[in-house]
Amino acid sequence: MKLTVNGQVHEVDVEEDMPLLWVLRDELGITGPKYGCGIAQCGACTVHVDGMAVRSCQLPAGAVDGEITTIEGLGTPDALHAVQAAWVEHQVAQCGYCQSGQIMAAASFLETNDDPTDEDIDVAMSANLCRCGTYPRIREAVKTAAKNLRSA
Amino acid sequence: MGRVTTIARRTFLIGSVAIAGGVAFGAYMYKRPGENPLMANLAEGEAVITPYVKIDSEGVTLITPRTDLGQGAYSVQAALIAEELDIDLDQVRVDPGRPSPAYYNTALSEEGAPFRSTDESMMAESVRSVMDVLMKFLGMQVTGGSTSVPDGYEKLRMAGAVARETLKAAASKQSGVPVGQLKTAKGAVQLPDGSELTYVELAPVAATIRPVTNVTLRDPSEWRLLGKPMRRHDIVAKSTGTLPYGVDFKIDGMMHATVKLNPRQGGAMNGFDASAAEKMRGVNEIVPITGGVGVVADNTWRAIQAANAIEFDWGPASYPPEMDAHWEALGKSFNDDQIEARNRDDGDVEAALAGAEVIEAEYRAPYLAHAPLEPISAIVKVEDDRVDVWTGTQIPRFVQGNVARMTGVEFDDVHVHVLYVGGSFGHRLEDEVVKQAVEIAKEMKGTPVKLTYSREEDMIHDFPRQIAMARGRGAVRDGKVETYDLGIAMPSVIASQMGRQGLSLPGPDTQIIAGAWEQPFAIPNYRMTGYRAPDLAPISSWRSVGASSNGFFHDCFLDELIVAAGADPLEERIRLMWHDNSRKVLEAVGEMSGWGSDLGPKRGRGVAFCMSFGVATAEVVEVTDTDDGIKIDKVFVAAEVGRVVDPVNFDNLVKGGVIWGLGHAMNCEITYSDGIAEQDNFHAFEGMRLYQCPQIEVRGLENGDKIRGIGEPPVPPAAPALANAIYAATGKRIREMPFNKHIDFV
Repeated sequence: MKLTVNGQVHEVDVEEDMPLLWVLRDELGITGPKYGCGIAQCGACTVHVDGMAVRSCQLPAGAVDGEITTIEGLGTPDALHAVQAAWVEHQVAQCGYCQSGQIMAAASFLETNDDPTDEDIDVAMSANLCRCGTYPRIREAVKTAAKNLRSA
Repeated sequence: MGRVTTIARRTFLIGSVAIAGGVAFGAYMYKRPGENPLMANLAEGEAVITPYVKIDSEGVTLITPRTDLGQGAYSVQAALIAEELDIDLDQVRVDPGRPSPAYYNTALSEEGAPFRSTDESMMAESVRSVMDVLMKFLGMQVTGGSTSVPDGYEKLRMAGAVARETLKAAASKQSGVPVGQLKTAKGAVQLPDGSELTYVELAPVAATIRPVTNVTLRDPSEWRLLGKPMRRHDIVAKSTGTLPYGVDFKIDGMMHATVKLNPRQGGAMNGFDASAAEKMRGVNEIVPITGGVGVVADNTWRAIQAANAIEFDWGPASYPPEMDAHWEALGKSFNDDQIEARNRDDGDVEAALAGAEVIEAEYRAPYLAHAPLEPISAIVKVEDDRVDVWTGTQIPRFVQGNVARMTGVEFDDVHVHVLYVGGSFGHRLEDEVVKQAVEIAKEMKGTPVKLTYSREEDMIHDFPRQIAMARGRGAVRDGKVETYDLGIAMPSVIASQMGRQGLSLPGPDTQIIAGAWEQPFAIPNYRMTGYRAPDLAPISSWRSVGASSNGFFHDCFLDELIVAAGADPLEERIRLMWHDNSRKVLEAVGEMSGWGSDLGPKRGRGVAFCMSFGVATAEVVEVTDTDDGIKIDKVFVAAEVGRVVDPVNFDNLVKGGVIWGLGHAMNCEITYSDGIAEQDNFHAFEGMRLYQCPQIEVRGLENGDKIRGIGEPPVPPAAPALANAIYAATGKRIREMPFNKHIDFV
């Protein structure tokens, strides 16, 4: 099957039911999306399909219908996306393992709401688990990213 | 902190093998036998080489041997070296280096010493020193116990200073300018004429001269980096998905593997039927290993699918299959024969209670998984005369030894490459995953095998935090706490953990009573007794170890006594506190939280104090009793660490520690049924989510003489501060974690 990831078309030979996460990680070597739980409880595997945040651990490869963007495609160290820039500015990460997913969730959410209230942020970001406890910084970084996106 | 009494007659080029065009600096340190008689056996020359700075044609590399688990250890270690080396953090590479006895952890031994951290008596310091020496000889390169900063605070700055002065001497030799006229900044020696010689240019000359070891550390008032907000060196990589964690790491020709182990911890695998799994796509090998099988495939998911398709005949667990028996074993442990440590026995508890109205309570704390978000993994490649291991570990030297023993390969031919870790909280103090990967890779010599646990295997096979029970008795008089007697029963965490490394515990397990006995309260009749319960489920160190349960027990029962006395919870703790720097953290949270102000209806405020890892930490939690349950509104934290070396990291670790403590207290436990952990993923082991996260205000106090680490100390006071706040808001006293067994949370 064909998958478009970060603008590049890949031909992969995998089972229809292999979760997209494992196609990305073990077949294509794209390891920004993380394996945390495998059952859509932690959000570390979050990627965008046509801009929508999805849990790639629960999305069968055969059901992918759209262009996939991973954290690597959102921005790069030399050209950070506004959300990534806010994450750097606030030094959100501790272990950082959940942050790919947090950033992808925030980027998708801010596309639909660039002036979120605290409650909006709580609702949008609570499906992503952080075991290190970076939540206070995530909140601040989402606000900064929203502000920067509005003024962009 | 042990003074570096003499620094080195020589530093050291890495081996006799020259680094191409480069130089490596170390500080050759030894402790001279002096006034401390217990150290007299330490002979001259029994010393360690500690290479921390490497300069080659590629640039300057700082060696940071404490593993970065997410706590920012690489950054702070690099900053300690760079401060004295006069180089900026964006000019250096950071590398954990190869495991070496040179990187022993001095500070870790202190927690094992049976003295309060507030005790700076001759005897306490002597015993600590002896344990330091023991750690040195054991070559204990261990990351843990909140020690990376205390351990490196002098050593690493000294290494930076030695390197700087040697580079200046090299520049003097090359330029003819006297050393006194040379300055250093941004990775270069500056000459009086305004020209510069970079450290990289100077490295070949520096390698030929005798290193300068007569150096003095700068006063903190001169610091450029330390004590100020610094950017973590990994922050961009961690914000762009470009940092490879252990689970992401790739080696050419690598196969993907997973394991399926007896879900009853430590139980045998009597047999299995893999006929279905063998036929599944991508499956390469199915290898029986200790307690289960390894499945090797061309893709991790395929390996997990195949492992789930195997049918097993499992043996029983080594511990009671149901929880009732675990609690019963703890309950029966409160007897004189099982006393492990009675480190405090002030006044006369029995006499005081005999004539008083006795207040009694029983407290409980459950098993808890570490569950860092990155499941554990290891890559192992076995060859006839060499083994390579790539993994995130806190104990690289133990890994090296275990792999050597298992493969028959010489110790020095086992190469352990330490990788980035996606959280640990103590999980990576174990190396079962490496042992299993070795068992599999031995069957596939020459092929690198990457073993990745599924989340379910990781959680079920975690060696959890200890289960623990406490029984308190006490009495009050004239509005004051007068008698406090607390017994704590738990199995020995340290014995369980050391047992897996083939070691036995040399003395009592002080963790059984840690976080309780050493609290600096001056209660007239005050007794703390640790009872060692029999071994139950295998357990391991979990962020703050003994204090994670005992801080809850000790402070909540103290709160009960204070309430019974009719005293104010904060004022009475302050009145009872004899240790000035601890009293100051209580006063600080009082001020930060506006203690005493009216919160309004259905709201409550709780305070808790715990000294752990030498850090006096006080927390105030504010809650609202809403129609849907308890909402945690705000938390105020003050901690005494001597000096805040890395303020951003400090703030992040304190907040993370509070969230860790509150989240597990709210809703987490591991329970066994039929010998199997009933919680196998995050739906059943939730922790705190973002919407539940309170506002957290942090203050680091710098009144103490000793530099302390902050990874663990914010954890123990969080649960009791929450329980005390819930009591204040609702009148309901919760004596068992997780609290959601007794009350709902929003």
